Amino acid sequence: MSRANWEVVIGLETHSQLNTTSKIFSGSPTAFGAAPNVQASAVDLALPGVLPVMNRAAVERAIRFGLAVGGEVAQRSVFARKNYFYPDLPKGYQISQYELPVVQGGALTIRVGDGDKAYEKVVRLTRAHLEEDAGKSLHEDFHGMSGIDLNRAGTPLLEIVSEPDMTSSAEAVAYARALHALVRWVDICDGNMQEGSFRCDANVSVRRPGEPLGTRREIKNLNSFRFMQQAIDFEIQWQIEQIEDGHKIQQATVLFDPDTGETRAMRSKEDAHDYRYFPDPDLPPLVIAADWIARVRSEMPELPVALSARLQADYGLSPYDAAGLTASREMAQYYLDALAVVGAAQAKPLANWVMGELAARLNREERDIAQSPVTPSQLAGLVARIADGTISNNIAKKVFEALWSGEGQTADAVIEAQGLKQVTDVSAIEPIIDEVLAANPKSVEEYRAGKDKAFNALVGQVMKASKGKASPAQVNELLKKKLQA
Amino acid sequence: MDTVKQLSARLAAGDVSAVELAQDYLAKIQAANPALNAFVELNEAQTLSEARAADALRAEGRAGPLTGVPIAHKDIFCQTGWHARCGSKMLENFAAPYDAGLIERARAAGLVTLGRTNMDEFAMGSTNESSYYGVVHNPWQLDAVPGGSSGGSAAAVAAGIAPAASGTDTGGSIRQPAAFCGITGIKPTYGIVSRWGMIAYASSLDQGGPMAHTAEDCALLLNAFAGFDTRDATSLERAPEDYTRALDAPLAGLRIGVPKEFFGEGMSDDVRAAVDAALATFRTLGARTVEVSLPRSGYAVPAYYVIAPAEASSNLNRFDGVRYGYRAPEYRDLNDMYAKTRAQGFGEEVKRRILIGTYVLSHGYYDAYYLQAQRVRRLIADDYQVAFRDCDLILGPTTPTVAYGIGDKADDPLSMYLGDIYTTSVNLAGLPGMSIPCGFGAGGLPVGLQIVGNYFDEARMLGAAHRFQQATDWHLRTPPR
Repeated sequence: MSRANWEVVIGLETHSQLNTTSKIFSGSPTAFGAAPNVQASAVDLALPGVLPVMNRAAVERAIRFGLAVGGEVAQRSVFARKNYFYPDLPKGYQISQYELPVVQGGALTIRVGDGDKAYEKVVRLTRAHLEEDAGKSLHEDFHGMSGIDLNRAGTPLLEIVSEPDMTSSAEAVAYARALHALVRWVDICDGNMQEGSFRCDANVSVRRPGEPLGTRREIKNLNSFRFMQQAIDFEIQWQIEQIEDGHKIQQATVLFDPDTGETRAMRSKEDAHDYRYFPDPDLPPLVIAADWIARVRSEMPELPVALSARLQADYGLSPYDAAGLTASREMAQYYLDALAVVGAAQAKPLANWVMGELAARLNREERDIAQSPVTPSQLAGLVARIADGTISNNIAKKVFEALWSGEGQTADAVIEAQGLKQVTDVSAIEPIIDEVLAANPKSVEEYRAGKDKAFNALVGQVMKASKGKASPAQVNELLKKKLQA
Repeated sequence: MDTVKQLSARLAAGDVSAVELAQDYLAKIQAANPALNAFVELNEAQTLSEARAADALRAEGRAGPLTGVPIAHKDIFCQTGWHARCGSKMLENFAAPYDAGLIERARAAGLVTLGRTNMDEFAMGSTNESSYYGVVHNPWQLDAVPGGSSGGSAAAVAAGIAPAASGTDTGGSIRQPAAFCGITGIKPTYGIVSRWGMIAYASSLDQGGPMAHTAEDCALLLNAFAGFDTRDATSLERAPEDYTRALDAPLAGLRIGVPKEFFGEGMSDDVRAAVDAALATFRTLGARTVEVSLPRSGYAVPAYYVIAPAEASSNLNRFDGVRYGYRAPEYRDLNDMYAKTRAQGFGEEVKRRILIGTYVLSHGYYDAYYLQAQRVRRLIADDYQVAFRDCDLILGPTTPTVAYGIGDKADDPLSMYLGDIYTTSVNLAGLPGMSIPCGFGAGGLPVGLQIVGNYFDEARMLGAAHRFQQATDWHLRTPPR
């Protein structure tokens, strides 16, 4: 069995919770984590006679998304009822959009992989539609019963449906990450995956090259990128094995179990609901006037794709750097703020610092860049001192640590206080080199015998002896001179 | 028999207080209701507290024309302080923590709630026989149906135990019982009266409105009931209007359209005679009658009985036994709980319509039934617009026959549905329609004349009806005691 003989087809459906203050069809608040049912009004509880009224703010976010992906914002879209019974679905139907969604088409450019193997790909979007979330069924803590919490019922969602354009779990994850970044970038969703604000369903099928599309299985509710990767990889492998063993894939909805790393069928096509969609008679068609779209367009931030292109064109950054810096709006803002202080000439070293040391440190402490203890201007000051030769890259890491832990207000203050200024005075370095050469005759001998490694060892010794303050370039130069003398 | 107008005058003159009036009517209800079953809930304390508030308002000089006038509310409107059972076992214990839009406006106008009136379960029915709380008897003949679904409201007004009542009309539920009971009722243009808090049967058709003895009373009440409501997305935002403004407009020059399709087969002779006589009266008063055609009106009943059940089947999903209302006492699991709750909580007619609605929305049938019915609906609306090019109002019978006997059509729903042939097209088109008494037919039972206007033409309709009622006394006749 080999993956090589198989093509994988993946499409994603993403539920993105819109960050409105009130629900999509009622005035109840949407804040997460309140005591059960305190954020459920008569409308959310579906008491008799209550009616839905569209929340303008949710529509505005849908427009923003449509513009961000270059989709068509429908001037007229229709809300439909999706009928089914479940205890956490108070009306017995979900108000969604079916035949006429608010956004049609659009695309997302994703960057897949690292280094030389990285490539860009355009994933087409089918549609995005507005709908309401259901409540939650709580099966723990109630002996032999289920608890119903309707706080989430009526929370606005934008369901974003991609075309089946992805061919690997890596592409699916890259798409999900790009989408996640985008919805936060245009400020329509907080992207909090633990709280369920951004959750994906993946439709996965496999086929032999040249064959028609295989039967798909839908993996529901993937709420982390890692699980998404694992779930899709498992599912691909499982489907290939099934087919190679002579079985047919049955259309099904499956769940991923992070504990076992496996997917398992929740329901098959046979028990699929007939949702009896029909236009909701309580809600007139959603009409979005051209001037509304124009106003939203005028208020849109520069989009990541445009900013990425600008970073490459104006500052000579690589596609990799530009993609990394535009991974989130906060990251991009941080970079641009620092760049404004340090100047365009340092665009590349600054990019390395933001995506390297800073990102790693933030990651280790699970902090957002917006909450970075090292501010953009502090980092800019640091990069400026590397640029003018005041400190080496290695010393700069010390200065960064000091800034991180609040030991100084600026890089200059840290350098001053800790005496980290790079030594460039030849007369100060030469005696150190002489000392090192005298103490390491074996290395000197090896170098002369043609072993380059020995040279590096000597550089290291000199740097160590200078407590890192010597300029590595200068040490190189002087050492070579001495050895060749 | 007292009209709203008369009571308003007596209250304004200080001849009677709202409390006295309420007590007077409560006493009448006590006496008559056991035979009629028009009221399903009475709450003397609640009524008198509202009446006292009305008297207090008057004492402060803040009374309006309706302050202190008693009214009965159909049990479909949510109203704090009262149950809202909607004729169903499903909601036997339900009391809403909010007021319907119509109730709020009635309260604001100072109307005093006498009680809650019986109705067909979830407004599904034309006879009031589908009420879980028992049949309502027609005051004109106790073994005849009062019509439905606002049968309790119609019977209460006809019997003189309430001067006025609220009703709702989805396919004729104000007009048909008004006709059967010999009173006046108007279903306004869709979107004029808020549907907030009005328990939904078929959302795109449901519309609340007043039922009373006279067109003038209906105009006064519609002034109170009508108005934009931000909580109802189908409510229309329009400047408030005075529906009494055209009551005295002369009928000279009024063009009355008479749809030939409404005078064909199925219409009984007694109804035809009364309606013809009414048209002659209108001519005498200066109006001109012209024949018009509503060629697709024959499809109204089939289209209605696709669209209304489709919407109902979805609207009634919420009655699942989970959060409120009836829940079956014993069940095995979740699905069994749903099945038993709904099997036990809903009556036959409601279940029938849920099944029809579920069927017509099902995968594979949607296009042939629901979508097709929506197309027909548009054509029917178009027909009316064509007809209104040649006339100002359209007149005809409200029902093909007078009220029939209780039980006569209980086993033949189709024949009951066919009784709606003149009324459903008005709801499908979203037009305003009313019924006024225009004579008596077989068994001395009242005949109703239907008046249909173009959108927002309620004032003209009420004016024509009022002029007719100035020239006739059908609306003043009272049933035998």
